[in-house]
Amino acid sequence: MAKNDELIGLTLAEARDKLKAKEITSAELTDAYISEMEAGRDLNAYVLETAEQAREMAKASDAKLAKGEGGAIEGVPLGIKDLFCTKDVRSTACSHILDGFTPPYESTVTSQLWRDGAVMLGKLNNDEFAMGSSNETSFYGPVTNPWRREGDDTKLVPGGSSGGSSAAVAAKLCLGATATDTGGSIRQPAAFTGTVGMKPTYGRCSRWGIVAFASSLDQAGPITRDVRDAAIMLKSMAGHDPQDTTSVDRPVPDYEAALGQGVKGLTVGIPKEYRVDGMPEEIDTLWSQGVEWLKAAGANIKEVSLPHTKYALPAYYIVAPAEASSNLARYDGVRYGLRVEGKDITEMYENTRAEGFGDEVRRRVLIGTYVLSAGYYDAYYLKAQKVRSLIAHDFRQAFSEVDVLLTPTAPSAAFGIGEKSDDPLSMYLNDVFTVTVNLAGLPGISVPAGLSKEGLPLGLQLIGRGFDEETLFRTAHKLEEAAQFTAAPEAWWRS
Amino acid sequence: MDIGKRVAREEDWIQGATGDWEIVLGLEVHAQITSKAKLFSGSSTEFGAEQNTHVSLVDAALPGMLPVINRVCVEQAVKTGLGLRAQINLRSVFDRKNYFYPDLPQGYQISQFKHPIVGEGEIEIDLPEERVEKIGIERLHMEQDAGKSVHDMHPTMSHVDLNRSGVALMEIVSRPDMRSAEEAQAYVRKLRTILRYLGTCDGNMEQGSLRADVNVSVRRPGGELGTRCEIKNVNSIRFIGQAIEHEARRQIEILEDGGKIDQETRLFDPKTGETRSMRSKEEAHDYRYFPDPDLLPLELQQEDVDRIAASLPELPDEKKERLMTDYGLSAYDATVLVSDGARADFFEEVAKGRDPKLAVNWVNGDLFGALNREGHSLEASPVSAKQLGELLDLISDNTISGRIAKDVFDSMYKTGRNAIEIVEKEGLRQVTDTGAIEAAIDEVIAANPDKVEQVKTKPKLAGWFVGQVMKATSGKANPQLVNEILAKKIDIPSED
Repeated sequence: MAKNDELIGLTLAEARDKLKAKEITSAELTDAYISEMEAGRDLNAYVLETAEQAREMAKASDAKLAKGEGGAIEGVPLGIKDLFCTKDVRSTACSHILDGFTPPYESTVTSQLWRDGAVMLGKLNNDEFAMGSSNETSFYGPVTNPWRREGDDTKLVPGGSSGGSSAAVAAKLCLGATATDTGGSIRQPAAFTGTVGMKPTYGRCSRWGIVAFASSLDQAGPITRDVRDAAIMLKSMAGHDPQDTTSVDRPVPDYEAALGQGVKGLTVGIPKEYRVDGMPEEIDTLWSQGVEWLKAAGANIKEVSLPHTKYALPAYYIVAPAEASSNLARYDGVRYGLRVEGKDITEMYENTRAEGFGDEVRRRVLIGTYVLSAGYYDAYYLKAQKVRSLIAHDFRQAFSEVDVLLTPTAPSAAFGIGEKSDDPLSMYLNDVFTVTVNLAGLPGISVPAGLSKEGLPLGLQLIGRGFDEETLFRTAHKLEEAAQFTAAPEAWWRS
Repeated sequence: MDIGKRVAREEDWIQGATGDWEIVLGLEVHAQITSKAKLFSGSSTEFGAEQNTHVSLVDAALPGMLPVINRVCVEQAVKTGLGLRAQINLRSVFDRKNYFYPDLPQGYQISQFKHPIVGEGEIEIDLPEERVEKIGIERLHMEQDAGKSVHDMHPTMSHVDLNRSGVALMEIVSRPDMRSAEEAQAYVRKLRTILRYLGTCDGNMEQGSLRADVNVSVRRPGGELGTRCEIKNVNSIRFIGQAIEHEARRQIEILEDGGKIDQETRLFDPKTGETRSMRSKEEAHDYRYFPDPDLLPLELQQEDVDRIAASLPELPDEKKERLMTDYGLSAYDATVLVSDGARADFFEEVAKGRDPKLAVNWVNGDLFGALNREGHSLEASPVSAKQLGELLDLISDNTISGRIAKDVFDSMYKTGRNAIEIVEKEGLRQVTDTGAIEAAIDEVIAANPDKVEQVKTKPKLAGWFVGQVMKATSGKANPQLVNEILAKKIDIPSED
């Protein structure tokens, strides 16, 4: 166990360097994670472990490394959110309706990770079709956050929808994880688990092969232990893909090289509209602390206004369900996945979709269908799109004055499993600081910055200009240095 | 004049029990774009392949699959728009039309709803007695075809064939500018001819590459527009005519009985020649159109449109105009020729350096007569344009007579041999030797003294002599020489 602890204690960057230096092998690193995965099954972070495949990939990586060859992350074991289609490995988006679906293809993002040498440990839990903020809507059951309140055994949510990813990274069940973010699904879980979550600019990563939730908002990104690891992973995940016409053809910079450039001379904007009613004081305090840290590091601070922020959440909960209602129409029982027979085709559709989709998915399909219906389209969908333009405009205005924005990631720390699952509205409020970024297509990163009174991690969010991930990484790195966030959950799940 | 305000000619009115009625027609034609690959995937569009063999991951709508626009299809749509003298929209948007159907894998059809690639245009249709009418085009947009449900492979289950799923279609929407079944048929014919000239759709209605939804309403001549019914997916020009005739009469009967027309979608049954209700307005789908977030708006550059415009072939109307000017053809002959680009090309090859009137008569008359009789296409014609031209040369230089030429042509059509070869082998060369003709004439005169007498009062009998001489020479005597010599030998009074 001591050797294992040492191995899993390495960050992705450290492991990468030691693998290249042949100080460790991918096989032993992978084995260490496989035993951690097994020990951590109570967390329910993985919905499918692919140990055998992982060992084979590790072996192949070691052969390359032995010859001094291999990609940028050769031999690095990663967890993959179940939303990513992985060739010949069950991919269900954690929905009953995709029961047993094994794609004959590999998503572009994961294929780029394998191209660069990564090893797949398994598929990570998520909210069904990525719809949720707590990972409680998964057909495979909720994920438990490795973190607990001080002196309290209550099981907490790891955030969502990438709750399996955030929990697995926080509990060291993988070196890093892929995730996706439609309204905050990378950043909010990262904030809830003391990890780093990076949502790149819309179009930076290919969506090809990722089960679609809301096409105009979905974007893949990494959840990692620190900012450097996120920079390394994003470098492999990003890039233009001719199979996704919304992906953008521009070079992928060396994000890691941006770290350490400091923030001297940068102007950091503080959007006043993000100070919302009822926000816990400790989050406000942390935010102010973040401002102080960046100021001390040489950044200029400026208050800015994003006047349409209050309309973002309602607009998001129109646009995202609208697209989802259409994207999920293909799950009809005709060609793959679950089929529940009926007396005719209509009844077969009804039975299949009623049984195949969980409550939250059905709720969003209904909302989406409603807002696109004749007579309601203008009042809801069209108006929401107008709001979206206004929000993008707000950001453009702000970025004419500042280089990066600093906000809290989520309005609270992790909450208990079941605490909010009966109250969709209070659940949706989790996304209040993150959805604006998706609506505007901008990059955002959540960095762990402190602990709540109850000893739970809290995150700060940085928002950047489109395709300016480098400034985000640079600023995030400074924030990370200043925050000195070294707290870790007790590994209660191993006992 | 606003072409939409046109009132049908009186002969096109339908007589009802309470007076005359006028039909108002608008067509939505679905034309499969000629392209190797589908609109949003690389799968083949080849017709007649084994079921579900031309299906990509995108066509089957597997999770996480994304559409990528096929640029060739875009160029074809632009080309068609230009051919319809229509507005090309440099910015168009793909929408999703949402509905559930087993042969619609995505659960939505990608189509252009609010912002089509082509806006308003116009075509001229050719009708009998050289009547030409202008028909307005409202729009042309691109969309995906659906797959096909197959109901006869299993006693209780249906099968789905996705080979057609995602094939590119152009929906060409006319204005309600047609006033009779004949006009609607002429519209489809003309549209098909234009598409074929452009090479943007093969126009093959039997294979479903071209099909029409027909909107039919009736009104008192020149009156307010009536409520329309849409007859879906009519797949032959003949059926279009039958469907319209039946539907118009059905509507008139309802109106004359004091009823009203329900706006609905109907189907035409070719077996009964009738239309029947498919779904009412109340049952109509709410398609929940919205812009497809997987596809960016389609942006074209004016240079691209200009480049395509510069590459357009000569279109039927221009060709007709030119054939009339350059070859002095009648409007009728020219219209017949240009109805098929290949036919016009064939004519031009035959007519090159020859008498155009002779050429058009042989192409439209003899050649197409034989082709139609034998059920051959022009491409499969046993007589090439070069061969037909050589035959015409033999007529012009008096090697054979026009009469003999018909026999030579029949032989050419049967054997595929050249005219001169047949003429030589069969000894069909025209007799132009005056001595031989004289001898033949003398023989006929000697054998028929009575007729020689009669012809003096009945000049029409001269023809009889010509016939006898031709018979004696097996038709090979030059008819002009026969006439000349005969006139010298016998005393034929002038007819006036």
